[in-house]
Amino acid sequence: MNKTDEMPKKNPLSFQLNLKDFEKATDEEKAQQVRMSESITFFKDGMRRLRKNKIAMTCLAILILITLIVTFVPMIYPYTYEQQLGVTQGKRIDKTYNNLKPFEYGETELERIANGEKIFPHIFGTDSAGRDYAIRVIYGARISLLVGFFAAIIVLIIGVVYGSIAGYFGGKTDLFLMRIVDIIYALPDMLIIILLSVVLKQVLGPKIDGTSFAKIGTDMISIFIVFALLYWVGMARLVRGQILSIKQNEYILAAKSVGSSPWRIIKKHLLPNSMSVIIISTALQIPSAIFTESYLSFLGLGVSIPMPSLGSLASDALTGIYSYPYRLIIPAIAIWLIVLSFNLLGDGLRDAFDPKLKK
Amino acid sequence: MDSKLALYIVKRLTLAVITIFLIITITFFVMHEVPGGPFLSEKAPSAAVTAALEAKYGLDKPKSEQFVTYLKGIMKGDFGPSIKQRGRDVTTVIMKGFKVSFKLGGTAAVIALAIGIVLGSTAAIFHNRTIDKIIMVVTTGLVAMPSFIVATLLLLVFCVWMGIFPANGNEPGGLILPIISLSLYPMSYTTRLTRSSMLDVLSQDYIRTARAKGVLPVKVIFKHALRNALTPVLTYAGPMFAYIITGSLVVEKIFAVPGLGKEFVSSIINRDYTMIMGTTIFLGVLIVIMMLVTDILYKVFDPRVDLG
Repeated sequence: MNKTDEMPKKNPLSFQLNLKDFEKATDEEKAQQVRMSESITFFKDGMRRLRKNKIAMTCLAILILITLIVTFVPMIYPYTYEQQLGVTQGKRIDKTYNNLKPFEYGETELERIANGEKIFPHIFGTDSAGRDYAIRVIYGARISLLVGFFAAIIVLIIGVVYGSIAGYFGGKTDLFLMRIVDIIYALPDMLIIILLSVVLKQVLGPKIDGTSFAKIGTDMISIFIVFALLYWVGMARLVRGQILSIKQNEYILAAKSVGSSPWRIIKKHLLPNSMSVIIISTALQIPSAIFTESYLSFLGLGVSIPMPSLGSLASDALTGIYSYPYRLIIPAIAIWLIVLSFNLLGDGLRDAFDPKLKK
Repeated sequence: MDSKLALYIVKRLTLAVITIFLIITITFFVMHEVPGGPFLSEKAPSAAVTAALEAKYGLDKPKSEQFVTYLKGIMKGDFGPSIKQRGRDVTTVIMKGFKVSFKLGGTAAVIALAIGIVLGSTAAIFHNRTIDKIIMVVTTGLVAMPSFIVATLLLLVFCVWMGIFPANGNEPGGLILPIISLSLYPMSYTTRLTRSSMLDVLSQDYIRTARAKGVLPVKVIFKHALRNALTPVLTYAGPMFAYIITGSLVVEKIFAVPGLGKEFVSSIINRDYTMIMGTTIFLGVLIVIMMLVTDILYKVFDPRVDLG
């Protein structure tokens, strides 16, 4: 190994190459180059950090549990959210089913129990129209979650497309597009939502009668329309800012110089690199949409009767607050738990994926 | 005032004017899209009555002409007559309700800011100690609660179960619970904002220098840290007013406070179209002005901010 003796002596002032630099690597040196661990992508790195965050993982578990409950429980539950238990065809309305306390039964049910039948209990009792309250809460949570997810997706798509166009093309396009964003941003969103809900209920109502949209209800549709019209501006601003800064990188110049189309550059280079910001913002968009929906439902502008949402359940419970306070507490806790979990999960995602905080 | 700031103020004012115009336009044309007009009700009036009513309210003219008339009216502060409340005009109703709502919302805003700043600074000063953790847990919980949930739960606990406060906003002391329900969310938000901003400032070099010089800790916090930490909190003032205004709609409904919010909600239920339009425009303009003032104040207080 000791080859230094064979080398010609190097004049320290000459430009002659140092042959020592061009020797073959020894096994020992080769071993140093072997990768000891898998290379970690940005996404994996973030996920690893997220998994270490106990609060965020607990919230994720709670959300998954809630999602599973609201998806599968209505399938196997013996009652439905619109079924008035006291109403049977051809008979008088059995009022004993209205306003049952938790784990109480209606008259005919008591008879059947006396006959040895087993009857699924009304865990949270029934409401003033004799509908099982537990399934209504579960169904309400389903509606709230659906509104949250769909609104977030609408905002995601519009905001990302708009923001990346403004950010990538820059110049006058950017100026024009961002002025529109500024104006929409300045509009008081809640008031416009209320206004549109009032009017769309009247305008859309007759038009969608009989179609599958009618089941969703005009108010839900108007919530989505409003989200599509107003709420994307925050996301658009965010994406534009990201793209403006990433655009300066050399690899974008390289991609342009080999003739990649703008669309390809946006899709392959710019968006993947701003993904973390987009994910965090989407996660935080969901609770805000749930907030909005429950607020509207509370004002009586939410989902159509008899469909429940957590907001409308809380609103309905107000009239019977002296006798049936649990009817208010249950949906209130449900909303709080869902929004809190999303908030904390969003915070966890930000800690895990925001490169600025990376140590 | 330097020219850059003046330019910014002009730009921001222009945007505000455009926004206000848009709010009026959207409100007007959206409300006039309602099929059948505002007089359609269960007991359908005869064609002659409808025509007479429409002539009285100027609804028989083309929409553009109606819009100009409406705009002119607004300039004079006249939102026209209420359709459902006979003999009352919208402006009077709004002003009467606004007096109550202003008291409610203004108190809530002041309380939210004051307590929020105190709690936030406390949490930052005792960073990672028990008191900081308690404050953070409580505010995290409160930020996840919509105003109507807070309001109904407060109603349940303090009026129904304990009977300490009246459930009606008209009675003496009846405004206490509405104020608390309106201020809890902005208070928590201000707390979190102050805390993070304060933590940021406390780690700056000039704070260390001040401490090294032997400045009293109290003085460091009040004179050096808090002043600088409050500028980001100021940006929240605008959104906070927007939150309080929309929050007051439900809170006033829950506690039966005879304010603008309750008026608005009942006009929605009664389909009182001129009332809905007037209130939306009034509240919208209020929010836009609050945002404008916040933005301009922010630039004045923090000259480092880039005047885009």
